[in-house]
Amino acid sequence: MTIQQEYSVSPFIENETVNLRQPMLRGYLMAIVTWLGFTCLGFTSIGFISSAQAEDIHREKSIYRNIVVKESYGRRCLVFTVKRGDRNQTCMDLSEPKKLVFPYVRMTLAGLLLSPEPERILVIGLGGGSIPMALNEMYPSAYIDVVEIDEAVIKVAKRFFNFAENERLKVHAADARVYTKRAGLQRKRYDMIILDAFTGDYIPEHLMTKEYLEETKALLTGSGILIANTFSTSDLYDHESVTYSEVFGPFFNFKMPNTGNRVIISSSEALPSDFVLRSRAKKLSATLQNYGVDVEVFPQFMRRDIDWDTEKRSLTDQYNPANLLRSES
Amino acid sequence: MLHECHAGQQKCYGVASAHVYCGANSEPRNNQSDMSHHQVQRLFSLLVLTLAFTSGFIIMSIELLGGRILAPYFGSSIYVWGSIITIFMLSLAIGYLTGGRLSMNQPSLKRYGLFYIGAALALLPTIFFGEYMMDAVFLRLEDPRYGSLVASMFLFFVPTVILGMIAPYSVRLLVESAHESGRIAGGLYFVSTLGSALGTLATSFYLVLWFEVNQILLTMVAVLLFAGLVAIASNLYLTPARRGSEE
Repeated sequence: MTIQQEYSVSPFIENETVNLRQPMLRGYLMAIVTWLGFTCLGFTSIGFISSAQAEDIHREKSIYRNIVVKESYGRRCLVFTVKRGDRNQTCMDLSEPKKLVFPYVRMTLAGLLLSPEPERILVIGLGGGSIPMALNEMYPSAYIDVVEIDEAVIKVAKRFFNFAENERLKVHAADARVYTKRAGLQRKRYDMIILDAFTGDYIPEHLMTKEYLEETKALLTGSGILIANTFSTSDLYDHESVTYSEVFGPFFNFKMPNTGNRVIISSSEALPSDFVLRSRAKKLSATLQNYGVDVEVFPQFMRRDIDWDTEKRSLTDQYNPANLLRSES
Repeated sequence: MLHECHAGQQKCYGVASAHVYCGANSEPRNNQSDMSHHQVQRLFSLLVLTLAFTSGFIIMSIELLGGRILAPYFGSSIYVWGSIITIFMLSLAIGYLTGGRLSMNQPSLKRYGLFYIGAALALLPTIFFGEYMMDAVFLRLEDPRYGSLVASMFLFFVPTVILGMIAPYSVRLLVESAHESGRIAGGLYFVSTLGSALGTLATSFYLVLWFEVNQILLTMVAVLLFAGLVAIASNLYLTPARRGSEE
């Protein structure tokens, strides 16, 4: 039996040849490092192969971020070109274009459990337009305003993601903060506001502050609700939660297992009971199945308890380092 | 400004005492034992360079905070930054021109100090009435591009013009002969642009993380006031000392 075999059988059993163990450990380390190296190389090449499979079908220039439309495995995705790997902003299943592909998009529709018959809806952030189109189809008589900052996104959504405006569904190219302020002056009111502006690498900080939420709350009808797709990780979670509860009081903190998203659902009136949520989920279930949304599982994950540090400072127009806080996890 | 000078056997310290003991015999002929021309000149340069650094720091810090101030009304799109940078560049251009002109007429540290105090005072309406100004602009201008341009004009034009006057005036204060003018101007640009770099970095990386926008701006006002007062106080002492030492 060689020494090597002895150690490979029981490398951690102490014996007299301590000085021989050091090189052995080094050997193990070398092996691990080499293995890691190969794994990385493997993943990188897999990345190359899969990106080679994803076909760029369109590139759109934008004053914000250039947009690429890609297709792979029967999915068409809108991607913002970011250097650190692309981010799918929104995807559409080509065989079932109505289905909402991303979990957070489906989660957004949990707002319907609080406001089952919205007549006026404001959607902030267009993406591929899947949310406004689903709502337009479900509630053909509802007026839907969509605010999207980037004209290029609007163009791409119309051309590649079947998004179309109609008499009830209008899209406005504007900064959400500016639109909200103007809508306030024009005394516009909405039953449902969906804030979906926080995807990708950069956070529009002026849409996170207490003042902005107050301006948004002022746009809500007496029973109106705000649904915000926000962050579930980093320091920002605490600051953001504190800010929302200062403006709205208790809200539903909606997180699903195995997704990195959280959706805040806040209401200008008291939150409905679990019983109400469940019975509404039952009623909506059949309709929402068309969009791939299993609404009946939602109520159990819509939590009211406070799981954030309430001592953290709220974000205001004066104090608002959201992007810096996000990097400090 | 701690300063040491020899007036005969006497030593005197500090601006005030220096003024009393040394300034009293500021008659050029009595100043032979005073600080050498070189020393006074160095102190004077150091002062002007420090002040130029401060103004560089503050200009960029305000510019960055400008984005924060305008965002609630006009968003944070690229055109908002376009407006801010346009107004800052325009104001600085006008400030350089005016500062250069003003430097023709009896340049002194006292007038130099007044620029700092002027800039500090010009910032106060931005801090305390900025929201009213932006409200007014927001109500009258639909297009956020021109809204942000006009609002930046109201908020930042006057303080930045005054801060811009500092650069050419600093050159005038330091240059003594034509052959060294390029070197001195270069040194001043170096220092004040270094200040700008640091102001940009400090504000965007740390200050906004630690303080509220108005807290930072009020600190800038305090620093500018202090810088102005230091310049004026130094004028009382350094200018006669320089005049004397030149003999």
